[in-house]
Amino acid sequence: MTKLTSLTIAEARAKLRAKEFSALELTDAYISSIEKSRTLNAYVVETPELARARARASDAKLAKGEGGALEGIPLGIKDLFATKGVHTQACSHILDKFQPTYESTVTANLFDAGAVMLGKLNMDEFAMGSSNETSYYGPVANPWRRKNSNATLVPGGSSGGSAAAVAAHICAGATATDTGGSIRQPAALTGTVGIKPTYGRCSRWGIVAFASSLDQAGPIARDVRDAAIMLKAMASVDPKDTTSVDRPVPDYEAVLGKSIKGLRVGIPKEYRPEGLSSEIDALWNRGAQWLKEQGAEIVEISLPHTKYALPAYYIVAPAEASSNLARYDGVRYGLRVPGDDLIDTYERTRAAGFGREVQRRVLIGTYVLSAGYYDAYYVKAQKVRTLIKRDFDEAWNKVDVVLTPATPSAAFAPGEITDPVEMYLNDVFTVTVNMAGLPGIAVPAGFSEQGLPLGLQLIGKPFDEETLFQTAFAIEQAAGKFTAPQWW
Amino acid sequence: MSVDEKTVRRVARLARIKVKDEDVPQLAGELNAILAFVEQLNEVDVSGVVPMTSVVATKMKMRDDVVTDGHKPKDIIQNAPATEDDFFMVPKVVE
Repeated sequence: MTKLTSLTIAEARAKLRAKEFSALELTDAYISSIEKSRTLNAYVVETPELARARARASDAKLAKGEGGALEGIPLGIKDLFATKGVHTQACSHILDKFQPTYESTVTANLFDAGAVMLGKLNMDEFAMGSSNETSYYGPVANPWRRKNSNATLVPGGSSGGSAAAVAAHICAGATATDTGGSIRQPAALTGTVGIKPTYGRCSRWGIVAFASSLDQAGPIARDVRDAAIMLKAMASVDPKDTTSVDRPVPDYEAVLGKSIKGLRVGIPKEYRPEGLSSEIDALWNRGAQWLKEQGAEIVEISLPHTKYALPAYYIVAPAEASSNLARYDGVRYGLRVPGDDLIDTYERTRAAGFGREVQRRVLIGTYVLSAGYYDAYYVKAQKVRTLIKRDFDEAWNKVDVVLTPATPSAAFAPGEITDPVEMYLNDVFTVTVNMAGLPGIAVPAGFSEQGLPLGLQLIGKPFDEETLFQTAFAIEQAAGKFTAPQWW
Repeated sequence: MSVDEKTVRRVARLARIKVKDEDVPQLAGELNAILAFVEQLNEVDVSGVVPMTSVVATKMKMRDDVVTDGHKPKDIIQNAPATEDDFFMVPKVVE
């Protein structure tokens, strides 16, 4: 018999409805796999009793032929999402023991659809990082290792726990968030599928804020269909987030398998910087070839401001973060380190509670927003952002979707990248999408010479996630699926 | 523009983060590396360009000006490190 944990969401959904097994059996199978996989450090909190209670409730519904789109499906939830009564710390020391009295809109939507939460997933502290090494709860191990090597690799970040848990089959799917690439980069490094939808597609309410004009929630899943199922359940308009958009959520699954004949696929020349690794280049060409063979038209395009997206991001994101993280003051929640007076209490609390990378970004953000520098940095960066978006607006006259690599390299080793700016370069292909508010999906497309998964990225027009799913499915059909050999 | 140690201390004060003296030189170096990286933006001609305010063109939503939530002091103080009678407790701020 196939292991229950090796079923995709779509497969498990069909078998639950056919009563081949119960939601409780499925949940128990995941709980036992999680217990055997603690060496990956993907979960920071396991909630087996909550999960079993929810699975029993799902079984009661399924028995009556009722239930939502995710009835009885066990998911992992990134620690950035507020989950009522359950540890929610953005993997930071400063939110010690924080247990919200409310539920984020995205997780509430998932639970309304019948999903079962297995626990909270590890991540870079406050979603600031590209390797999951900044978590207060320690690094996450990538389920993938290089050929003939026992060395541990990073899963990417910031949604490193989400990506590793999905790749290791210790959840059926996971929630994640993406501010500069935090869904797509870890998905690419773990052979999973991750989509950052258009800004406004998912409500940000109840998600610990990093950079409010860039943050978006999305799923990481084992394949394109599962990502489509999850996003449909996560997305909604929400009166509690005025930037959430009031337009119907399409049935993304319906477009899977639809012909891409005549689809115009843009290849932006600026995504081939000097020094791009030959295996990434080859992967990209092969991806374009697959789409061409299925009837798509490949069009060379130019997005001239691409190289300025990352420097502009490293003004906008820290600036917004310094403002959002001002609330952690040791008064209303979390850690407090007593000082001589109130100011000293703030300063000691924030020094002890924030990790090194978070402090660095808060300081940069504070600096670029400080008197005399606001126009030179923040306003300038927001102008560059307008130009980045304009590049895409013009591209949409010529193409329907854009194909690029997802990351500049395969997974790397912990401690391999210590220079902050070099770490930031991991997001060079993904960050433009956040700056322009567009949807982007990472889909595994091949292996590196060392046997590690590599991903391609598709970028779409605003609210055209359907074309992304349709095209990603075409790539998946050609590339096949990726399963990490179990060593843990 | 480059950040000296005095500026690091001033910014850390503004950000309400206590920085140890021995960490100041390294922080200054790291902040300068990031600022040097973003200097590239000076190459871009932004004259006449409007700064981005919203990535998705939407009309600001309006709602009725009514109370929609509240009356839950216990929920609000539940996660606070120090409380008394539904108030947050802080060190003395007035003599």
